[in-house]
Amino acid sequence: MGNILEMRGITKRFGPVVANDGIDLEVREGEIHALLGENGAGKTTLMNILYGLYQPDAGEIRYKGKPVTITDPNRAIELGIGMVHQHFMLIPPFTVAENIVLGHEPGSKTRLDRAGAVEKVRALSQEFGLKVDPTARVESISVGMQQRVEILKALYRGAELLILDEPTAVLTPQEVQELIGIMRRLVEQGRTIIFITHKLKEVLRIADRVTVIRQGRNVATLDISGRGAPGPVTPPTEAELAALMVGRAVSLKVEKGPAKPGEPVLEVEGLECLGSRGLPALKGVNLTLRAGEILGIAGVDGNGQTELIECLTGLRRPTAGRIRLRGQDITRLPVRKRFELGLAHIPEDRQKRGLVLDFTVAENAILGRHYRSPYCRLGVMAWQQVTAHAQRLIRDFDIRPPLPGTRAGSLSGGNQQKLIVAREIDKEPVVLIAAQPTRGVDVGAIEAIHRRLVAERDRGRAVLLVSLELDEILALSDRIAVMYEGRIVAEMPAEEATEETLGLLMAGGTRSGAEGGVAR
Amino acid sequence: MTGTVETRDPSRSQDQGRPQGRNRLRALLIEALVPIIAVVVALLIGLIFIAITGRDPAKAAEALWVANFGSRRAIGEALVSVTPLIFTGLSVAFAFRAGLFNIGGEGQYIVAQLAAAVAGYAITGLPGWLHVTVAILAGALAGGLWGAIPGLLKAYRGVHEVVNTIMMNYIALYLANYLIANYLKAPGALPVTPEILPTARLAQILPPSRLHTGLFLALGAAVLVYLLLWHTRWGYEIRAVGHNPRAAEYAGIDVPRNLALAMLISGALAGLAGTVQVLGVQRAFYDPVGGFVGYGFDGIAVALLGRNHPAGVVLAALLFGILDRAAPTMQAMAQVPKATIWVVQATVILLVAADQIIRSLFKRRREVAAR
Repeated sequence: MGNILEMRGITKRFGPVVANDGIDLEVREGEIHALLGENGAGKTTLMNILYGLYQPDAGEIRYKGKPVTITDPNRAIELGIGMVHQHFMLIPPFTVAENIVLGHEPGSKTRLDRAGAVEKVRALSQEFGLKVDPTARVESISVGMQQRVEILKALYRGAELLILDEPTAVLTPQEVQELIGIMRRLVEQGRTIIFITHKLKEVLRIADRVTVIRQGRNVATLDISGRGAPGPVTPPTEAELAALMVGRAVSLKVEKGPAKPGEPVLEVEGLECLGSRGLPALKGVNLTLRAGEILGIAGVDGNGQTELIECLTGLRRPTAGRIRLRGQDITRLPVRKRFELGLAHIPEDRQKRGLVLDFTVAENAILGRHYRSPYCRLGVMAWQQVTAHAQRLIRDFDIRPPLPGTRAGSLSGGNQQKLIVAREIDKEPVVLIAAQPTRGVDVGAIEAIHRRLVAERDRGRAVLLVSLELDEILALSDRIAVMYEGRIVAEMPAEEATEETLGLLMAGGTRSGAEGGVAR
Repeated sequence: MTGTVETRDPSRSQDQGRPQGRNRLRALLIEALVPIIAVVVALLIGLIFIAITGRDPAKAAEALWVANFGSRRAIGEALVSVTPLIFTGLSVAFAFRAGLFNIGGEGQYIVAQLAAAVAGYAITGLPGWLHVTVAILAGALAGGLWGAIPGLLKAYRGVHEVVNTIMMNYIALYLANYLIANYLKAPGALPVTPEILPTARLAQILPPSRLHTGLFLALGAAVLVYLLLWHTRWGYEIRAVGHNPRAAEYAGIDVPRNLALAMLISGALAGLAGTVQVLGVQRAFYDPVGGFVGYGFDGIAVALLGRNHPAGVVLAALLFGILDRAAPTMQAMAQVPKATIWVVQATVILLVAADQIIRSLFKRRREVAAR
């Protein structure tokens, strides 16, 4: 296979910042090429250059062997380069077909041939096996289908080289599986795919080759699948990829000794509540969390985990049941009282719940304790203390940039998350509720946050870990409970749990079925 | 480790949050430059407008000067028109910091005037300092309550404050009409309350102008608002609620209470505008039979121009007060229609509201410099 694309010495500066520092990239025709790097490593900048959104300061692009200048996305589309952005560029009230043909509509100058559009989309969707409903409105279809619409949009415009920017970030595991199937089919039909990611597992699972980018430079291009390689190939391990990506050895496995569980500190009995749509979300949850252990709650998104966390932290009112913290009934207590009794909460959505993005790092670092000494005395804020506190958290948790006056919204996702974790752990809680503590966070930051959670456990704190990432649950938990349709359907010591058992339970199977290897 | 990588992200490097030290000064300067440029451009447009309509721009400018700075009296009178604008500007800015849009300044202004006037003439036998204090508090309280009603409805019933504050304006207007017509009118033909007692008056400070101590109250209020918002726990909570109510709730902050409280304070500030007008200038409550006087609405423009910061509000009120004051003089001296002043004011507001235009000029210059 020849190279469909060669980028040589691509350099792009933004003011003093060098986003791409002489990057070389070679993509073979008909392969799935992963572009791996941490957030901010320069992957997206490089692809935006290829798609004509930015002009490089230096370097050369050769497409199908010919040097090209890609002045804007229209030129890229003309050449046969299509891009699916991480945040979809669709018009929600328009139908699927309307979105796909937008810009190249069939029909005369003044009339849109709607039936023709639907027909074309249907044909295209059959040709590539991308199931969509051409007449459905985009606002009413799932995220997975929206992504297929984006891909079809690119194909409709004649894309031969498809760029997918973090395509799995918004998908459920099942949708990821489907996407992989789609990518394979596209490649079989002669298309070439570049996909941007920071997830190691995906690279090894999907890609034929990978180019690793770190700090604006490409550090390696490696064969993964062996497809199209001249000889036999030994694919890199996850750890090797991680080391290339971060620039140092990263431990992907969490080092932890056996738990020494103590007294029960959080007891939940028969907890019921309604969800946001007024339907029962929790249907009698029973839980006991002991000091010095990590209890992981596994489950597919939307099975009551969010509501459980909200009930525990005082953000949602239970309709029945009882919550006890160190023996004290906290079922009806307001949020602040619960914090004062020793609860801490890393919320699942850091930008909506966890931070005031327009506040500084220092202001955010006291959120929830802002009314207490030493940060506030007699109602007056003690900003010096607040800043000193922020500096301490910044140092302890390596938050960058290390400036307490930085607006929290301008931190990267990983650093925002570290700030929240730092703030909550610093409360020295009895019970730490950690919801999705590493969602959308870089490998380096994941490692740091995991280490901290285990350290908290070892200091005798109780950690309730709620995560959609099965890997994370398995790596951290001492005990694992599975939530399904508002109930805890199974609970087991971590050493007895496997990905398969949990997966079946999460999908509504029974435990005996799971252990016997047969779904209900 | 991730941090070293972050600095390479172009989208982030341009905005490193609230900058420190010298950078912060620079950012403040740019922040202030937008309104300043807006004002200069608007004034130029006003002058061009005057020239196009065949009047003499130089004469108009002279009139603006004479009206505001021509004499001791002119300076005092200019500040008389600035004073209520500081209050209503602070009112809008304060509510805005809590994420609320208080368009009810007019109504809060009217009920406060009524309350202050009644307290000023009906209460007798108090020493001067106490009487004036009571009258001020009566006005502030009335305005505060008028703001708190939509505040409570917003906080506990989710009713949008914009709709409610507008409706409260009309309730206040017609309530005042009714009370004056039926109960509170002084003998005579004018729809006005009896004059307040001398003990309830705010002292004059720059005779022969009507300038009164209400100006100090307004400046004091600006300082207090600043301290409240940025140096107290309540200010922290109100700003948190304004920026992100869900995060505030998460942090155990009582969001509804803070919303109601913010509207109470905002209403009291607008009320103080009316109060000092009654106690310092009008000496009685004049029924606004012709409709709203406009200080409440002007407060929105002042807050916008002042970037919702107390210091900015004071400066913006100064500008709007000066322009208001100049309008009649310009008409008399230079035959320039009063409406010209409104053109200038509107241009300022447009330019500030569309500040991205000015900002983009800066950005482009910086990018050119970077190359």
